[in-house]
Amino acid sequence: MSGAPTGGVRGPEGAEGALEPGGAPESSGAPERAGGAPERAGGAPERAEGAPAPGGLRERRLHPVTPLRRAWAPVAILVGWAFHDPDGTQRRLSELTALTLAVGAAAVIVGGALYGFLSWWFTHFAVTDTELRIRTGLLFRRTAHIRLDRLQAVDVTQPLAARIVGVSKLKLDVVGTEKKDELAYLGEKDAAALRAELLARAAGFAPETARDVGEAPVRNLLHVQPRMLAVSLLLTGAPWVLLVAALVVPTVLWLITHNAWTVIATALPMLGGAFASSVGRFVAEYDWRVGESPDGLRIDHGLLDKAHETVPPGRVQTVRIVEPLLWRRPGWVRVELDVAGSSNSVLVPVAPRAVAESVISQILPGVRVPAASELSRPPSRAAWCVPVWWHGYGLAVTDAVFAAGHGLLRRRLSLVPHAKVQSVRVRQGPWERFKGVADVHVDTGANKTVAARLRPASEASRLLLAQAERSRTGRREARPDRWMA
Amino acid sequence: METGTAAGPEGSTGESGVPSGWTGLPRGVLTMRRMLLLVWLVPAAVALGVLLGLFAGPAWAVFAALPLALAAWGWVLLGRNWRSWRYRERADDLLISRGVLWREETVVPYGRMQLVEVTSGPLERYFGLAGVQLHTAAAATDARIPGLVPSEAERLRDRLTELGEARSAGL
Repeated sequence: MSGAPTGGVRGPEGAEGALEPGGAPESSGAPERAGGAPERAGGAPERAEGAPAPGGLRERRLHPVTPLRRAWAPVAILVGWAFHDPDGTQRRLSELTALTLAVGAAAVIVGGALYGFLSWWFTHFAVTDTELRIRTGLLFRRTAHIRLDRLQAVDVTQPLAARIVGVSKLKLDVVGTEKKDELAYLGEKDAAALRAELLARAAGFAPETARDVGEAPVRNLLHVQPRMLAVSLLLTGAPWVLLVAALVVPTVLWLITHNAWTVIATALPMLGGAFASSVGRFVAEYDWRVGESPDGLRIDHGLLDKAHETVPPGRVQTVRIVEPLLWRRPGWVRVELDVAGSSNSVLVPVAPRAVAESVISQILPGVRVPAASELSRPPSRAAWCVPVWWHGYGLAVTDAVFAAGHGLLRRRLSLVPHAKVQSVRVRQGPWERFKGVADVHVDTGANKTVAARLRPASEASRLLLAQAERSRTGRREARPDRWMA
Repeated sequence: METGTAAGPEGSTGESGVPSGWTGLPRGVLTMRRMLLLVWLVPAAVALGVLLGLFAGPAWAVFAALPLALAAWGWVLLGRNWRSWRYRERADDLLISRGVLWREETVVPYGRMQLVEVTSGPLERYFGLAGVQLHTAAAATDARIPGLVPSEAERLRDRLTELGEARSAGL
């Protein structure tokens, strides 16, 4: 495993020893026991119970408003109970005296505050030369060591309430990190500084200078205008289908059953779906900016909740260009991307095709998006395997990417850089063999499989070996994981 | 580097029908699967025959032939499936081919292997078998060889690990 620790700071192998002599951390006097968890390969964050914090390591705490994050939980339970049983609540309330109410409220508040305070007090994080370490837990100790050289993306998000207070969440995406590995909350400035520091260290800057490198300059590539976003959402089918269904289905149900509850129970989820896929998306994708910096791709968006994502160079596993039917006339496309270990999937919510392609050529250097006419279509005998829709499939293999398209009305084109291919498979069902066609599947590290369906059988078996070869050699020309080193 | 043909001395190469350069599965896999088939279906046929003969009349006992027919059909299917499995170690990648009706052929470059796993359950141990499973960073990669002679499984594991280290590449 790479990343030998330097400068007198003990690396993760410290966890393999027995007891750390005199290396007790400055906080929490609890005896520190070495977890002795074996190192896991494959870049998963290492976890050892109560791993010792090496001496001289600067441990930090989260922002002091963090305890308030959970303060609403007891209140929410009470409110939920009151809604669930309104009559009972009123009766109980009338029975209670002012004194018991006051005592009860005080107990809830003190208990909540104590829990929040303790969980905040026992959560520490530290940045070493090679890792971000998060130590947390009051009863159940948990230590996550997240290796910076395996970094896939950094997300800084700010829900509305956090924006008002001036704090934000920071999450490092490494394959295997979970929701609980995020740092919530940090002060706005601290989060920005920490992100810059983590990226500088991951990029391979010297440890002494990493803290002073600061934010990398951003060059703006794209800004989606709100008007265009609104029009594009109006031209999307899903909200309209849900809206029509939300009007028609309850009406029919009302005519049949005359029961108001069934009507409400069916109409509400449909209206909710229509709302989420139109207004919800507008709010989330409002003010969408894509920028380029030496630290990689920057994506900032959000109207109420703000999100700032950074994807370092060479982390994009697949890029997908989606073209819904009604967007063809204005010539707009949506671009999605997959990064291993990350949950973000949108690169550009809407943009003219030429602009989207120039953004793609920035994030995948040397890649030119093949035009629809360049895709080689399945042979016409494939119509026996997939009627009508066989027209939609297509494949183009360029020097840099494996590009497979599908979809007749809503066209999708997936691009996989050769260097990101993990394995290649050819599949052939009995009917496909009868017609002499086969499917080629390409597996990537983001757990996405891109399939080029219905290729002629001889071409498929040639493609299988050629693609494995390209994937092997493509890796050699790829940039190193530490992109500034 | 030579391509394939490394696995000769263990005698794990299956019977005819395997093209040169490829290695088939050892005969033990087929034996184990056929034994399992018989262990389930023959008692089922006997029980069905006895019950039908006792409660519905001797003529009905003919239906006990159904599980037997199923067993015969399965016997043939297992044979065909066993013959379809083969793998080939090439200079830079491992090829696995399998399936009769639904054919699948997988290529995994050695550099992409994250983990090589050798598993062996009690039944497999009784028949002297061990399975090899390759993991890459993509969960969809389905590269496994269900049964090998343990010595061959270990040789394959060591060789794959060695080649994987030499050609290592991350995500």
